[in-house]
Amino acid sequence: MRLELKGLTKKFGSFTADDDIDLVVEPGQIHAVLGENGAGKSTLMNMLYGILTPTSGEILIDGEPVAFGGPGDAIAAGIGMVHQHFKLVGPFSVADNVQLGREHATAGVLSAKAARKAVLDVSEEYGLKLDPDAICEDLPVGVQQRVEIVKALSGPKTQLLILDEPTAVLTPAEITELLQIMRNLAAAGTSILFISHKLKEVQAVADTITVIRRGKVVAELEPTASEAEMASAMVGRAVTLQVDKSPAEPGEARLEVQDLTVVSDAGVKVVDGLGLTVRSGEIVGLAGVEGNGQTELARSILGLIKPDSGTIAIDGKDVHGTSPAARIHDGLGYIPEDRGRDGVISEFSVAENLVLNQYRNAPFSKRGAVNASAVRKQAADSIAEFDIRTQSPDEPVSSLSGGNAQKVIIAREFSRPRRFLVAAQPTRGVDVGATEFIHSRLVAERDTGTGVLLISSELDEIYALADRIAVIYNGRIVGEVAPDTPREVIGRLMVGADIAPVQEPAPVEDDAGESSTDEPSAAADDAAANDEEANGGDR
Amino acid sequence: MSTDTQAPAADQPDADETPEQKPSFMRLFGRYLTEANSVMVTIYSLLLAFFIGGILLIVSDEYVRSTYTYFFARPQDALSASWYLVRDSYIALFEGAILNLSTLERYSAGTAEFGDLLRPLSETLTYATPLIFTGLAVGLAFRAGLFNIGAQGQMIFGMLGALIVGFALDLPPVLHLPLAVIAGALAGAAFGAVPGVLKATTGAHEVISSIMLNNIAALFLVWAIGTEFLHSETKSDLITKPVDESAVMPKLLSSLGESLRVNWALIIGVAAAVFTWWLLSRSTFGFRIRAVGFNEHASATAGMRIGSTYTTTMAVAGGLAGLAGAALSLGVGSSGVTTNTALEYGFDGITVALLGRANPGGIVAAALLFGALKAGALSAQPDVPVDISTLLQAIIVLFIAAPALVKAILHLRTPRGGLVTLEAKGW
Ligand SMILES: Nc1ncnc2c1ncn2[C@@H]1O[C@H](COP(=O)(O)OP(=O)(O)OP(=O)(O)O)[C@@H](O)[C@H]1O
Ligand SMILES: [Mg+2]
Repeated sequence: MRLELKGLTKKFGSFTADDDIDLVVEPGQIHAVLGENGAGKSTLMNMLYGILTPTSGEILIDGEPVAFGGPGDAIAAGIGMVHQHFKLVGPFSVADNVQLGREHATAGVLSAKAARKAVLDVSEEYGLKLDPDAICEDLPVGVQQRVEIVKALSGPKTQLLILDEPTAVLTPAEITELLQIMRNLAAAGTSILFISHKLKEVQAVADTITVIRRGKVVAELEPTASEAEMASAMVGRAVTLQVDKSPAEPGEARLEVQDLTVVSDAGVKVVDGLGLTVRSGEIVGLAGVEGNGQTELARSILGLIKPDSGTIAIDGKDVHGTSPAARIHDGLGYIPEDRGRDGVISEFSVAENLVLNQYRNAPFSKRGAVNASAVRKQAADSIAEFDIRTQSPDEPVSSLSGGNAQKVIIAREFSRPRRFLVAAQPTRGVDVGATEFIHSRLVAERDTGTGVLLISSELDEIYALADRIAVIYNGRIVGEVAPDTPREVIGRLMVGADIAPVQEPAPVEDDAGESSTDEPSAAADDAAANDEEANGGDR
Repeated sequence: MSTDTQAPAADQPDADETPEQKPSFMRLFGRYLTEANSVMVTIYSLLLAFFIGGILLIVSDEYVRSTYTYFFARPQDALSASWYLVRDSYIALFEGAILNLSTLERYSAGTAEFGDLLRPLSETLTYATPLIFTGLAVGLAFRAGLFNIGAQGQMIFGMLGALIVGFALDLPPVLHLPLAVIAGALAGAAFGAVPGVLKATTGAHEVISSIMLNNIAALFLVWAIGTEFLHSETKSDLITKPVDESAVMPKLLSSLGESLRVNWALIIGVAAAVFTWWLLSRSTFGFRIRAVGFNEHASATAGMRIGSTYTTTMAVAGGLAGLAGAALSLGVGSSGVTTNTALEYGFDGITVALLGRANPGGIVAAALLFGALKAGALSAQPDVPVDISTLLQAIIVLFIAAPALVKAILHLRTPRGGLVTLEAKGW
């Protein structure tokens, strides 16, 4: 399919999100679209997919102008889209979500079997592993993203695939896989529009690159362009992609986790005897494939989950039995990984979201009432300091671009005193300029003596920031290594393949009975645990 | 979906041709009128309800129906009979609810008092008063994402609480009345907190537990009225002792006529609406209620306690419903409370809250409308079927709850930000 956009413009009220965009996607081409947060990329894609109606301009498919009344029309025309924000029905199974809108039915009766088979076919064809019967809302975000991709690919005759930041929540291995899938699809004639803030990916797959800034096309680049060229085209100034940081000066322990165990509702030990220390003035990077207990660890530190055993001490105090509010008040900063669910209230205004965890403290609260002028002032300051692109502080967060919503959370956590910070995927979906900014803020934070636990599935981010790297696998720390440890070593730790081939029988521990639950990897896991103890000795 | 997105397309290009020029006021206004925003949907729902109500009046009237048997021979018979029936019915409702035209004539002739003129309005306000409280009770909970279907039970306990303090204590009026009102609020709050606590601790859905608690309250009332402590000493039927003179809710307009029943509870109701507005939009507690109502995950992550928000919100809502009960038991004056005193005000509060879109101002307006329908229908019977008030209420709420229906019937445009529907989360 050859797609051509002519002068496409979208206005929201008086604000122009996309301004006279021209763009051509040739058949079988992978066309990357780059741009800052709020540049108008998602808006452009939503017009292509029939979700938004262009204010003016034309969309031509194979030379014919088209007007989509809704996504149904776009799908019928052979366009598939993976949205930046998941559009899955939480309580439905994977199979049901994938067949949504094109149900497999005979005489009005849904065929569960056909739906499952369709999922299995697609996921096998493209190597995207999925359990068709899993309930979507129970799945980790990375897996949910996979559901979205399978859904977009299982359209009747998808000839143009729109991928709006599909890799933001995927693991490195999944990304490599996805890029390969994209190449295969393109080779078979499918055109792909690809949005990503990760320039390396763009370099790796794109045939051509369009850069938009503040709604306008500002550059067309070749994939041979360097990361720095791309970054400066996006942001309009030179961006340093390297984080400047001096060696850490670790002080006293700000987070001490000992023997932490969390058992999920399903009875699985998602965090399994985990031990971890983060000191003041250091950033500890927690590397690991998503779904290995990071979420539960973070939520236990905040106090949203009551651990089944073990202790957590923040700033030297055992926090057992204290509420999240008390921990936040005592200086715990928390950037949650799932921003739409846990980070912001999308119906609330930007200003309200900026004080979401401080609305009860002075100066935002005055004798039981919210002090509107203090809230407004805080909002104005944060919007300026963190360059949050919004039409006004009273705009609901739902109208912000993904990266700007993330900046709201970052601004909230950075604008109050804190002793220890949990940052889970802090730059997920954030553009290079803002990533640079957030990274330097995290380092500055460390230098003021805050302890930082950086949870990231992106090794690049871990390498850029961490003073020490802990690798989590199956709910345990399987290794603590220096930041100059080679990628392969960490990569193998992350998937549970042990570096040191420890052959001796695993020592009998209290988890002997439980080894049946984590089946084949149990032995490697135990060995890794030994290794961790060895490493941990010098703490 | 497709119609939703097509609609704005039609009018956007022209907005684009003249980007500098500001559209005239009349154009903006006309555009507002043809848009399915919440104000216009409400107005159109009312108009549609009266239209459909008219059809049902025609269908249910035997004489008018008979004129339709020879419709093709003499259509003017059927049409004029229909027109007069509908017109007269709605005039009768209007006269019972707002202003009686024949009283107006008598008043201008000097044979009626000014107070007589106000009687329909007083009736409207009297019926509206409990609805303000119960509407607020449901609306407040809505904002926390809770569906408080239990206002009826909370109101019954409020009624009993106020009644007991009203007759059992011996106090001067300055103390007695306020104390009785507070007792009503507290009793309602305690009963309202129960589904909140159950939800917070066990996850039991508030709708289910509230329905059960409503039944418990209704049956408890029947039993309680029969007990020696509450039962009237002078009458044998199922009626309680009256409250002391010092605890009776004073009438507002008694100086203008003894038949003007509207009392001070109305003022308390308006004050409660103002309080609820402040609570929701200005207070830190309201911030928490709205946050939890929109997204409990993000609220919990920000350190808000979800369970205690549910409990407190339900308690405050129960307190508001309890005030409705206090207004009733302290308002009936010397006659005492029966099983009929509570009517269905608690359930009607749900429709009031829906119509008022869970906004305190809207709730007061909706309560006034429903009070007027009730007063009108009661005074217009038997000429007009008394069910017309319930019927109109039901149709109004049906349309309000399904704005897409109104939009489709009248071909309205989708407003920026989409259609507004009120929903309770957590199903
Ligand atoms: N429905 C809306 N109403 C008003 N403004 C909107 C709406 N949707 C998007 N915008 C604004 O349009 C601009 C472009 O948003 P868009 O989501 O397209 O950005 P983006 O390039 O995808 O950014 P990101 O990389 O952060 O996802 C933003 O400034 C956003 O605030
Ligand atoms: Mg986007």
